[in-house]
Amino acid sequence: MHQVSRIMGKELKDFFISPIAYIVISVFLLVTGWLFFSTFFVFNQADLRNFFNLLPMTFAFVVPAITMRLFSEELNTGSYEILLTLPVTFRDIIVGKFLAGVIFVCAILVPTLAYPVSISLMGELDWGPVIGGYAGAVMLGAAFTAIGLFASALTRNQIIAFILGAVICFALTAMDRMLFFFPTAVLNVVNYLGASSHFQNVAKGIIDSRDILYFLSLVILGLYAAHLAMQEKE
Amino acid sequence: MIQVEGLTKYYDDFCAVDRIDVDIQKGEIIGLLGPNGAGKTTTLRMLTGYFKPTAGQVKIKDFDIRNDIVAIKQLIGYLPESAPLYPGMLVFDYLDYVASIRNLTGSTRTQRLHRLVDLCGLQGIMHRTIGELSKGLKQRVGLAHAMMSDPEILILDEPTSGLDPNQIVEIRDIIREIGREKTVILSTHILSEAEATCDRIIIIHKGRIVADDRTENLKQSGGQARRIHLSLQNAAPEEAIATLNGIDGITAAASPHPNANDALNLVLTCRGTDDPRPAVYAAIKTRDWVLVEFVQQTKNLETIFRELTKEN
Repeated sequence: MHQVSRIMGKELKDFFISPIAYIVISVFLLVTGWLFFSTFFVFNQADLRNFFNLLPMTFAFVVPAITMRLFSEELNTGSYEILLTLPVTFRDIIVGKFLAGVIFVCAILVPTLAYPVSISLMGELDWGPVIGGYAGAVMLGAAFTAIGLFASALTRNQIIAFILGAVICFALTAMDRMLFFFPTAVLNVVNYLGASSHFQNVAKGIIDSRDILYFLSLVILGLYAAHLAMQEKE
Repeated sequence: MIQVEGLTKYYDDFCAVDRIDVDIQKGEIIGLLGPNGAGKTTTLRMLTGYFKPTAGQVKIKDFDIRNDIVAIKQLIGYLPESAPLYPGMLVFDYLDYVASIRNLTGSTRTQRLHRLVDLCGLQGIMHRTIGELSKGLKQRVGLAHAMMSDPEILILDEPTSGLDPNQIVEIRDIIREIGREKTVILSTHILSEAEATCDRIIIIHKGRIVADDRTENLKQSGGQARRIHLSLQNAAPEEAIATLNGIDGITAAASPHPNANDALNLVLTCRGTDDPRPAVYAAIKTRDWVLVEFVQQTKNLETIFRELTKEN
């Protein structure tokens, strides 16, 4: 457990030292802010539904950009060898890097709290869906971080890691909007596999164990796949 | 201390390390020699737990490499080839991070950091980014990293590659200093370095051990066929060869490069353990020859290395 927190601490420090982090934060805030507020006054409703509708799509690109360096950079510079010959297990490394990624995703969500605060000044804001939305965003972010971590463990090239992670996350996000492509027999399965519907459930304020289980299993699957990718390198 | 039995590593079909057996005692400084691609780095990477062996046993103290990998990693300090440290970190931050992973806390950590700064000569670079350092300085930071936990076993992969002669001497001194109490395994392809630093030399070629002995023994084993190189001026070849052949203990005297610089070059092969040099000198003194060169050649590590790792 000590080793996990030490690796996490080091990765977090790296995140906040590197300029890429701040670029990602700025781009994220710019894109979500513009997409959200460009239609906000047209609808003239004091809620954040539109913001949370767009979030899975922006996360599908932003989160892999955050996680792409976690393993790829180490593989590229060779420091991976140093990391693996320190007295830590694969699990320590993966969990440490994963938690650092999740904390960073939470950190990029913090500035967006300005939206509900400013909206609540303009009108009656129902805080229930807002809290649910942020809870869902953290779960979704964690699931995408695990997937991005896996993509990063596959290659020493950060760009490939980003594209791979983004493709998987995008497919999961878009899946339940493409239902008309699938035969009726698998419709329910595909619908369950899509990330947005689960996220929307949580964002509505409905905390269902099925949705939590979905995100949890995505996290475990991603981390386990990263573990397999590390074993493969031996 | 370290027992290796039948250690083998395959990369797909390519056999990088082929059934290596070694037994390493505490306090030895081992030099792992071999041409490029002989399997030195692969062997070290398996000892440190970075690669999983395809077959074979590695036991370090009482720990088995397959079951107690974390315990083994705690015993070993390892410096990979060309010291791939995190380029974006400050030297102090990096060493502090390694210290925390190595479970050093509080005043022990501070003391250890101070000690390593002195030992590896890191004064004045602790605040610099690792990526900006020269190769030699980076290597020293790597050495400090490897010695952080004061490990019982130190494994260094080409610790002096890319350093200038002064730095090589410095690093060599550090290694010998550590080797008084610790077990050190280092790989190199610089023979004089292995000769100067190591108690025992293991030569590997194409993944197999071709020689494994104490440094002195290895040098002596080649010293049996002693040869004397002689260069004479003002001497007739036939007469000189006939005269020298007559000396007891000399089996042959031939001229490999005739007429070079007007001097007669002779190579005398000596038989047995007697030293024939006084007799040779006495024979030359009676003639009107001018002696310009008189060198005894013992086989050095280089010849042995080349013989053992020849492509055949």
